[in-house]
Amino acid sequence: MAQHVIVVAGGLSHEREISLESGHRVARELTRAGFDVTMSDMQPGLIDLICSLDHPVVFPMLHGGAGEDGAAGEVFELVDVPYVGSTAVACRASYDKALAIPAVARKGLSVPKRVVLPHDMFRDLGASTLLDLIEDRLGLPLFVKPSASGSALGTSRVDRIEDLPTAMVNAYSYGRVAVVEEHIAGTEVAVPVFDLGDGPIAFPPVEIRPASGRYDFEARYTAGATTYVCPAELDEMTIAACQDMAVQAHLGLGLRDFSRADIIVRDGRPVFIESSVAPGMTDTSLVPLSLASAGQNLTEVLAQLVRMAAQRS
Amino acid sequence: MSVPEKRVKTRIDPYVDAYAGRTQGLKASAVRALFAVANRPEVVSLAGGMPNISDLPLDVIGDVLDELVRSRGPQIMNYGSAQGEERIREQICEVMSLEGVNASPDDIIVSCGSQQALDLVTRTFVDPGDVVLAEAPSYVGALGTFAAYQAQVVQVAMDENGILPEAFRAATTAARAAGRKVKFLYTIPNFNNPSGILMSIERRRELLAAARELDVLIVEDNPYGLLAIDVPPQPAIRSMDAEQVIYLGSFSKTFAPGFRVGWALAPSPVLKKLVLAQESATLCPPVFSQFAVSEYLSHWDWRAQIEDFRAMYTQRRDAMLRGLEDHMPAGTTWTHPVGGFFVWVTLPEGFDADQMSARATSHRVAYVPGSAFYADGLGSRNMRLSYCFPTPERIYEGTRRLGETLREEMELRSTFGFMSSSTARRLPSGAHQDKSRTTSRSTGNPLNTSQPTGGD
Repeated sequence: MAQHVIVVAGGLSHEREISLESGHRVARELTRAGFDVTMSDMQPGLIDLICSLDHPVVFPMLHGGAGEDGAAGEVFELVDVPYVGSTAVACRASYDKALAIPAVARKGLSVPKRVVLPHDMFRDLGASTLLDLIEDRLGLPLFVKPSASGSALGTSRVDRIEDLPTAMVNAYSYGRVAVVEEHIAGTEVAVPVFDLGDGPIAFPPVEIRPASGRYDFEARYTAGATTYVCPAELDEMTIAACQDMAVQAHLGLGLRDFSRADIIVRDGRPVFIESSVAPGMTDTSLVPLSLASAGQNLTEVLAQLVRMAAQRS
Repeated sequence: MSVPEKRVKTRIDPYVDAYAGRTQGLKASAVRALFAVANRPEVVSLAGGMPNISDLPLDVIGDVLDELVRSRGPQIMNYGSAQGEERIREQICEVMSLEGVNASPDDIIVSCGSQQALDLVTRTFVDPGDVVLAEAPSYVGALGTFAAYQAQVVQVAMDENGILPEAFRAATTAARAAGRKVKFLYTIPNFNNPSGILMSIERRRELLAAARELDVLIVEDNPYGLLAIDVPPQPAIRSMDAEQVIYLGSFSKTFAPGFRVGWALAPSPVLKKLVLAQESATLCPPVFSQFAVSEYLSHWDWRAQIEDFRAMYTQRRDAMLRGLEDHMPAGTTWTHPVGGFFVWVTLPEGFDADQMSARATSHRVAYVPGSAFYADGLGSRNMRLSYCFPTPERIYEGTRRLGETLREEMELRSTFGFMSSSTARRLPSGAHQDKSRTTSRSTGNPLNTSQPTGGD
């Protein structure tokens, strides 16, 4: 009898639409691999579904919110069902940029200068004073983003200091903590990491060249709006350094199965931006592109993740 | 892992260079992506304009369709006339007569919803760069159609009685002075989508006089006219002039949108062009749907059904207005529709409804930001709220959640200096505490559209 797999996608996060798209693709691939696949939203009835099946594996494709912050993993562990991807504890540590970036910095990885502040601090201490301090500390341009969000939602580049308040409000629309980072000018790459049973391996970096110059939501999800180059047009040593950084981040954050590291190469040296524990699997997503470039079959890779998860039960 | 020697350079979509220039506006949008959450049952969606058709006599419709297939299956499942079936065109005349329109079935073309009728009209009249005038704000689906034909949309100011004729004259004159051709004025006079505003009868006459004087066609889109709540159905502009007006109608709101049956009533020369355009677009409108709607109209008291709809939407409209009264912060205004589906809310200075939609989603309530109804970035302080689909209780709860969203947003924006201190001081901490708010009943222009704020 075929192994049951429940692909969980959707949820109530701001990235629901992308999650559903990723989930449908994963479900298609796993069906092709011969699994008995059921799609489910994060909704009442999911636990009953899990309990009704014979030794199922859950494949969460939840972007943002409960999917990446560890809450869903916590539930799967409570139900005692094996699932693909990082543990709840690791998800919590990596999803919150305020925690993840210092963690990888402690491992010796280069990270941007940054300030992490909740909205309350601006309210209590006065916005203009804090904004001035931020400018003094980080200079311009800046990147402002929610501490816990993906798909560039709530993210703004700030070139003029008078635009910083708008960027802060935009970031706080997605959560109560915002990260303000120095802008790293350079080559933007994404590096998938998969552990298919022999330890984490970094796949070829994908270089991101948005036509608009900004890899925002529109550039990410409008086919044609961004050119992707894989492997990135970097020398071998730099590519190796990016791959090494991705693996180090994966290990340093305690991630499992797969992740995607976002990196900017500045003057030949990689700077770590963030790692995603539920990287997108849509038609415009970077992980499938990198796998294809490396001659790997997405169907087979996803199937292997399911088989490994099943063995964890 | 070793790095492959062969380098791939891709924009993912291999057809990207082959697409027409007019598709360049078709882009992913973070705000639109948030609407995916609106479909979840936990979320009160005040965003969509879907009619509530749960009170339709489904057993009767089932019997009618069953009999239709058994008795006339080979006919109704075949191709039909590009203009539409004669019987339903006769019935459409009967429907339109409720709003004073005296028409011949020969001057009607049936379409796949009135949306397709608008598409046919636009493709028939508009060359790239031509000017189409529309109300400010106007139906997002119409703006999309005009953009698809590369029209330049110029939006014309309204007040509580509808489009301002002087603004219409000024826009036309300015466009012509710039060497542009003005092809038509698009209007939804009854309970405008999104503002809910009803154009007064006097204003209709004035607008028509201006259109004649300027020699500009009026495209009158009337999906909501029979869903008047506190007023009787209003005379259509088309009832006042058969030559200056192209009238668009629909069964989507008075019966069911799934059948996709709408129509256009046009002057004879225009109609001939529309029929040719329909032939090239679809060969013919869906025959099965036309017969289904026709049989419904023949076998059911559809006038009484519309009365039931009106009563149902009255309760929902009232729930929304009550909720807004109870939960909106001071300085917020909104329209008081006497029909249709929508309330147009204007937020206090310093708000940005686009930016706020993520916070609203977190509070499990959804609306459409006002900027969707402008071709030029206006509407950042506006929201369209629809009361057509959720139950009255859910609508009221939705306004409560919206109130919470606004209070949080106001605190945040005050922190960063987007709101004057006096506005911030009027922040209510809960419902029923501040009755100083104003609504369009007591203030000036209910549309009160803002420039995009960013940081004012």
